Amino acid sequence: MTKDPYEDLKISTGAVTDPKTTLVNKTGSWRSERPVIDHEKCVMCGKCETFCPDMAVKETDEGKVEVDLEYCKGCAICAEECPVNAIVMEKEEK
Amino acid sequence: MEKMLTGYDAVAEAVKACNPDVIPAYPITPQTDIVEKISEMVADGELTSEYVRVDSEFNAASTALGASAAGARIFTATCSQGLKLMSEPLFSASGMRLPLVLGIANRSLSAPLSIWGDHTDTFAERDGGMIQFYAEDVQEAMDNIALAYRVAEDKEISLPALSCLDGFILTHVQEKVDAFTEKEIKEFLPERDPVHTLDPSDPTTMGAYARPEHWTETRYEVHKAVKRAKDKIGEAVEDFADIFDREYGLEHSGLVETYRSEDADVIIVALGSVCGTIRYVIDEYRDKGEKVGLVRPRVYRPFPKEELNKVLEDAEAIAVMEKDVSLGYQGGLAIDLKSSLYSNGTMIPVLNYIVGLAGRDVTKDNIRKVVEETKDVRGKDPRDVEEEERWEPLRDELLSGDKDD
Repeated sequence: MTKDPYEDLKISTGAVTDPKTTLVNKTGSWRSERPVIDHEKCVMCGKCETFCPDMAVKETDEGKVEVDLEYCKGCAICAEECPVNAIVMEKEEK
Repeated sequence: MEKMLTGYDAVAEAVKACNPDVIPAYPITPQTDIVEKISEMVADGELTSEYVRVDSEFNAASTALGASAAGARIFTATCSQGLKLMSEPLFSASGMRLPLVLGIANRSLSAPLSIWGDHTDTFAERDGGMIQFYAEDVQEAMDNIALAYRVAEDKEISLPALSCLDGFILTHVQEKVDAFTEKEIKEFLPERDPVHTLDPSDPTTMGAYARPEHWTETRYEVHKAVKRAKDKIGEAVEDFADIFDREYGLEHSGLVETYRSEDADVIIVALGSVCGTIRYVIDEYRDKGEKVGLVRPRVYRPFPKEELNKVLEDAEAIAVMEKDVSLGYQGGLAIDLKSSLYSNGTMIPVLNYIVGLAGRDVTKDNIRKVVEETKDVRGKDPRDVEEEERWEPLRDELLSGDKDD
C-alpha cells in the first residue's frame, strides 16, 4: 500500500473505516523482542498462528510458519503457547 | 392494559414488547429480577430473543456490543459494581455508535458495600457518550425503555442509552401500570435499521485504532450526537403521547417535567423517585400559600440546559437535591446546573443538597428543612451564599474527630 488511507479519511457514524486501512500502521516498530522460530523443532501445530493477537504469524507457501515482523509487536504469546518450545524471544538491537 | 406491576416486571414487560434480538444477562441486586423475569419469558416461549447467560457484566456489555455491531437490537440490565464492569465496553459502544439499551436499577457503589439505591453508579458514567433517562415511577420506568430504544436506535443518534430506575424504591414496588404490548409499540418503535453492520460480504472496521489526527473529531461526532438526542427525545415523547396518551414534559422536549413551578419563588430540582415525596411537601406549602415548586430533569445526558434555564429563570432560590456526590467537589447535577444558569446570566442562588445516598430515606422533614433553608436565600446574589454542598442529614456523631472543619 503506497498511499496512506488515513490522509483523506472521513469520520462516519461509528468511526467505521474502509477495510484494511490499519495495514498502514506498521506496529512492528513497537517491538523490543522478536520471536525466532526453530523450524527443526516446529511441529506445525498452528497454535502460534491461532494465539497471535495481531494475526502476524502465518503459514507460508513453503509449509512453514513465519512471523510478519512489520506487524509483530513482540508480545511473546506465541513463544509462551508453543508446545515444543520452538519459539524464543530475542532482544531487538536498536 | 392496566396491571399491577413491580418496577422490574414493568421493565421486563417493556423489553418483551420491544422484542430485542439478543439479551446477554448477568445478575446483580437489585437488578436481578429484571433479567430473571425476562429469562422466564424466554423459557415460556413468550419472547424469542437469544438469551445469553454470560460470566460477568464485562462480558454482558461486550456481548451486547458485538451483537449490536452485527445489527441486532439488544437489551441488558445492571447497576452499581456491575455498571463499573460494563463501563469499558460502554465507552467503546458510544464511540462505535451502537445503540445498546440498558435497564439500570440504580444502586450505590462500594465501599462500604451497600445494595441500596442512589445515583452514584450512573453519574460516574456521565462522560461516556450515553443517554441517561431517570424515571420517577414504575409507569415511567416502563415507558422510558421504549423511548430509549426509539432515540438510541435513531440513525442520527446511534448511541447507548441507560434507562434508570431507583433500586428497590422503584424496582421492588408494585404500582398500577398501563402496560403496552409488542403490537402497540410497533407503531412507535420501528425495526432497527443500523447505519453499519459487521457483514463479511461488505466488510467494515469498527472501533479500530485512530491516530491523534482523527480521534478528536471522532469523539466530537459522539458529543454532537448526544446533544442532537435532545430534539429526538422531544419528537419521541410527542409521538408517544399521541399513541399512548401519556405525557412526559411535552412542553420541555420531554427532557424536563415541572410541578407547580410556574409562579414558584423556591424551586427544588431533583431526579427520579424522590420527586414523589417532594410533590407531597410542595402541596403542603401551597396549601399554606407559599410558592414552592419542583423541576425534574428526566434526562441527565444530554443535559437539558436551555429547558432548565427556561423553567428556572423566574425563581428566587433553587435547591438541588441529589443522590450523588462528586467526591471532592459537590454533586454532579448542581455543578452542571450552576454552570448552565450562571453562564446564561441567570444569577439565582443554588443550594446543593446531597441526600438519600445508599438507600437512606429522604423524608418529608428532610425536604421541609431544604425548603426552609432555601427560602432564606431568596433573591440573594449567589456570590453571597455559601457555595459548599450540604449533606442532609449528616450524622455528626458518627464522624471521626479528624474532619477539617
